[in-house]
Amino acid sequence: MRIVVDAEKCTGCEACIESCPYTAIEMREGKAFINEYCQFCRACMSICPEGVIKEVLEVADTQASVSDIEGHRGIWVFAEQRNGKVAPVAYELLGAGRRLADERRTELCAVLFGGAKPEAEGLIHWGADRVYFSNARIFGIFNDEPYSQLLFLLIQEHRPEIVLAGATPIGRSFFPRVAARLGTGLTADCTALEIDMETGNLRQIRPAFGGNIMAAILCPHKRPQMATVRPRVMKRGVFDEEKKGEIIHVDAEGLLSRTKLVETVKEVSGMTVNIQDAEVIVSGGRGLGDPKGFNLLEELAGLLGGTVGASRGAVDAGWISYRHQVGQTGRTVCPKVYVACGISGAVQHIVGMQSSEVIIAINKNPEAPIFDVATYGIVGDVYEVVPLLIRKIKEIRGQQ
Amino acid sequence: MNIVVCIKQVPDTTEVRIDAETNTLMREGVPSIINPYDMHAIEAGLQIRERTGGKVIVLTMGPPQAEAALRNALSMGADDAVLLTDSAFAGSDTWATAYALSKAVRKIGADIILCGKQAIDGDTAQVGPEMGEFLDIPHISYVRKIEEVHSGGIRVQRLMDDGYDIVESSLPVLLTVVKELNQPRLPSLKGKIAAKKAEIKKWGHSDIGAEPANIGLKGSPTLVKQIFAPEAKKDRKLLYGTVEEQVDALVQELRGLGCV
Repeated sequence: MRIVVDAEKCTGCEACIESCPYTAIEMREGKAFINEYCQFCRACMSICPEGVIKEVLEVADTQASVSDIEGHRGIWVFAEQRNGKVAPVAYELLGAGRRLADERRTELCAVLFGGAKPEAEGLIHWGADRVYFSNARIFGIFNDEPYSQLLFLLIQEHRPEIVLAGATPIGRSFFPRVAARLGTGLTADCTALEIDMETGNLRQIRPAFGGNIMAAILCPHKRPQMATVRPRVMKRGVFDEEKKGEIIHVDAEGLLSRTKLVETVKEVSGMTVNIQDAEVIVSGGRGLGDPKGFNLLEELAGLLGGTVGASRGAVDAGWISYRHQVGQTGRTVCPKVYVACGISGAVQHIVGMQSSEVIIAINKNPEAPIFDVATYGIVGDVYEVVPLLIRKIKEIRGQQ
Repeated sequence: MNIVVCIKQVPDTTEVRIDAETNTLMREGVPSIINPYDMHAIEAGLQIRERTGGKVIVLTMGPPQAEAALRNALSMGADDAVLLTDSAFAGSDTWATAYALSKAVRKIGADIILCGKQAIDGDTAQVGPEMGEFLDIPHISYVRKIEEVHSGGIRVQRLMDDGYDIVESSLPVLLTVVKELNQPRLPSLKGKIAAKKAEIKKWGHSDIGAEPANIGLKGSPTLVKQIFAPEAKKDRKLLYGTVEEQVDALVQELRGLGCV
């Protein structure tokens, strides 16, 4: 893909020059020219008064050189465990991986480092045809180097076409090492995966530019195609007690780690409920104007049996701790009910909560983008609406 | 001790919004800043230098304008700055970027390499760990505290989903850092003056011995196929009347959901 200026129609007004955040537009012979520093953000396209800046797809994009991708078959999922327990995202990856494997008419394999055999068997019931499993002591705790060394060796030997991991602290930390060593592409934090049947290319969809836009990424010339996938976005597969599969014990001898995990410290946040597990989240943003606003939100959250979240604005202002932050640089959540109070709805917030079942927005500004994703919206002052809401809920409770 | 801090100049995405009608970004006059996470990396580098002595070298890859970001870092107190700039680097994905930066780090020589957790425009968080592999050194991601650092090694806290890990490593090591690590300092007047006069090294691909096949668009395994706007939610229900009437209607809906 490229962004180009139709030089014949360009009037040379220079409006686009200022619009480019990467300073990638220059004037050449009185016409705008987009140089090699373009990052495809398309800011210039909306600015051009003549509408002569266009996106062009290049045919060369999709042509794979057969030699590099030949012989790669199978979909792999890295099943992450912590303290011996497989992370929920692994089951979501198996759901997505099963669908891709069926479409490609190939097998689905899981990779499990650490944990015990029942966990490996569980991966089969959740959709894997085969599990590469090592319970070597070195995998009892997470260190980047042994994880990346062994996964690299397994991929090199078995040549899968796609390898997925959760976009968790662990997945996002060690997967890049594997991709770097394999000389293949890695796409971070995907929210959708689609396969092109003809080429076998994986269309990897992810938010970019702070979640303001979505990008479709391809890795057309190299295999495997690697991606980390955002937790709680993909649907879990079906658990089948009868499903049979093979567990292959992998030799993990000779792996080294130059980092050493000394201690793992659990931190319990002030709120009793982790926002990622909450059924109801009442979130506050900069619109609260004051850290005390969160006391009000806590009361509402308490009544609804939920917990309190926050936008990045409120966290950056120091009103509430980072653990409560919802959004791109915080947590991705999908509760039953999400109440956004005084949150304008910057897209980096929206990408972190838009998969909630019901979204309620309360904001003074009717133009706030949060209303675009809200199931119910109330235009009004949080300090008027929320106390009213609390009172009405208490009234109903009182009657019952 | 040689401390190399990798930084990136980015548009300030917090000031960006999307035009719902044309599905394009509205970012007129959006300022370029040092990626916020990288500010914490610079601060960490300066603090390590205060403890152990040595030099802090800031490194970036980008267009000639990225020099402004390096001068900012120099004004905070960095000793030296290197700009990788060459049209051959343009279009690099994370793999090709990490490859080029690693080549530059090898040329500079480093005991500790610091990167921000991720850049706010790409949000991949991949370049740091990929550099660790290219340099064949360990890396530790999401560092929120540096407990100990000396010529023999380092001990840090790594932020995880449910708490933190205490991790030790030998040197050289690459760290990616999160916001909790520190509060970046403001440039001093003396620093600003020095930064203005400082000479910034500008290296192209041949200066760092980078293979042309491994850099730029050609060296990038991934490519951006398409860009589009995020989807809006479909099942919207409107509430009518005064605020009190709307709240009443909302309470009824919440009852229907079993929350009240």
